[in-house]
Amino acid sequence: MISIQNVSKVFNLKGKDIRAVDQVSLTINKGDIYGVIGYSGAGKSTFIRLLNRLEDATSGEIKIDGKDINQLKAKGLRQARQQIGMVYQHFNVLWSRTVADNIAFPLEIARIPKHKRQQRVKELIELVGLIGKEDAYPSQLSGGQKQRVGIARALANNPNVLLCDEATSALDPETTDSILQLLRDINKQLGLTIILITHEMHVIRKICNRVAVMEAGRVVEEGEVLDVFRNPKQRVTKRFVQQIMGNQQDESWQSIVGEYETDQLYKLHFIGEKTSQAVISEVAKRYPIDINILQGQITQTQKGPYGALIVYLTGEKEAIAAAIQYLQSTSVEVEVNPNAS
Amino acid sequence: MLHNLFPNVQVADLVEATKETIYMTGISVIGTFIFGIVLGLLLFVTAKGGLWENRAIYVVVASFVNVFRAIPFIILILLLSPFTDFIVGTVRGPNAALPALIIGASPFYGRMVEIALKEVDKGVIEAAKGMGAKTSTIIFKVLLPESMPALISGITVTAIALVGYTAMAGVIGAGGLGDLAYLKGFQRWDFDVVLVSTVLVVLIVFLFQMIGDITSKKLDKR
Repeated sequence: MISIQNVSKVFNLKGKDIRAVDQVSLTINKGDIYGVIGYSGAGKSTFIRLLNRLEDATSGEIKIDGKDINQLKAKGLRQARQQIGMVYQHFNVLWSRTVADNIAFPLEIARIPKHKRQQRVKELIELVGLIGKEDAYPSQLSGGQKQRVGIARALANNPNVLLCDEATSALDPETTDSILQLLRDINKQLGLTIILITHEMHVIRKICNRVAVMEAGRVVEEGEVLDVFRNPKQRVTKRFVQQIMGNQQDESWQSIVGEYETDQLYKLHFIGEKTSQAVISEVAKRYPIDINILQGQITQTQKGPYGALIVYLTGEKEAIAAAIQYLQSTSVEVEVNPNAS
Repeated sequence: MLHNLFPNVQVADLVEATKETIYMTGISVIGTFIFGIVLGLLLFVTAKGGLWENRAIYVVVASFVNVFRAIPFIILILLLSPFTDFIVGTVRGPNAALPALIIGASPFYGRMVEIALKEVDKGVIEAAKGMGAKTSTIIFKVLLPESMPALISGITVTAIALVGYTAMAGVIGAGGLGDLAYLKGFQRWDFDVVLVSTVLVVLIVFLFQMIGDITSKKLDKR
């Protein structure tokens, strides 16, 4: 478990104090894939660097598995860092070393004997899917492959925590998905806690179970990914949710109203686990009504699907009321058109 | 035919002088490579924001480098002669040229080393730190290997400057092709000796350039 209490980082630039990280408190549980999202300049990069002390916190307490990172002396810090893997946006692999030697580097630092090193490198190359590339130099690899080297290297010493600093931001969408898939597999297989920072809601949606939103050095919103998706409170969070859901809040009703009987328009919110049941076809079979889907978007998150559909229901008034009642008994939330007469 | 074209050239002298020049350049290149890397590393790691930030050491090393780089080589030989006498036991011959050659070229090369180290990707240094590497590990396993092609091209340029320095050292009695050209060629006005010496010096320079280029290219996996 990682507990972060009132952590701040203040930079002094030309006599002016800049609070890059401002009173951040978070708790990250073992096995979490914890996302920190924010626009550039929000302080998320500085924040993640505080966790392995690539930056020293100005104040506050960071405990990883009970160990206070900020209190460690040089040697203790070096040992602690061997237990915290880090993956970087620009990969940061050594061009002068082959893939295998890059992955072996942290093992050399940890003074693992050579034969054990070779065996571990082999395992890692298999784990990240780089078989056949052992003797290639980074310049011969694609971005996605370089990041796989970065991930294998970060995992070499069996860390408890993996920090990902915009690990997919330099990759194309397809490669991003394959790297995210790899991170999720590693999280499942090894039970590794992953903390990642990103500016893409897509990344949060794909693999995170919890998310914190940062703005101007502060965490302005934090919680389960689905809760944050469903009910974003801060303006910045709403903007991130819109990145993948479009603006569903208000405009959507207006664009439809006028063409249909307003009191037969409903918005169905699908949130989490049970959404995967075939709710719509179930309703159509059970009740003598027609369901016309007018607009909507459903997306997959780590905790199940999330999204909303605007539907137009036609049929007997009683049948519609019964169908609505049924829908409400499932995990679907039904919203009535606010403009209904 | 050789004898007709260059009547005053003694092949034995020429071989001897070439050997001396290669010897002086070779040893001083090795010395400069080591000493220059030490100076360059000190400048890099003790600089502001460096791995071992230390203002005092930085100022001392930077002053040493700047002062010795400013002294013209021919004056440096004269200036260092008491020191040379103390270390080598004589102020004449190829060995006597070595201290001045190394001390003259190291600051020059040290600056090149510093520039080469500054070119190493900051992210890679950060990654090594994040893995829990000691500063010495970062120096020997990251900084030096990652800057090696630049270090090699730097020492190549320096080696060529050193060939020139050995010729100057020759004028005050260190031996080598410079000595030969000056004493046997210029002083006696046997100009063919000057010509042949020049050709040999140029060939030596080409040789060093070629070795440097091949090595640097081979090491560069970028």
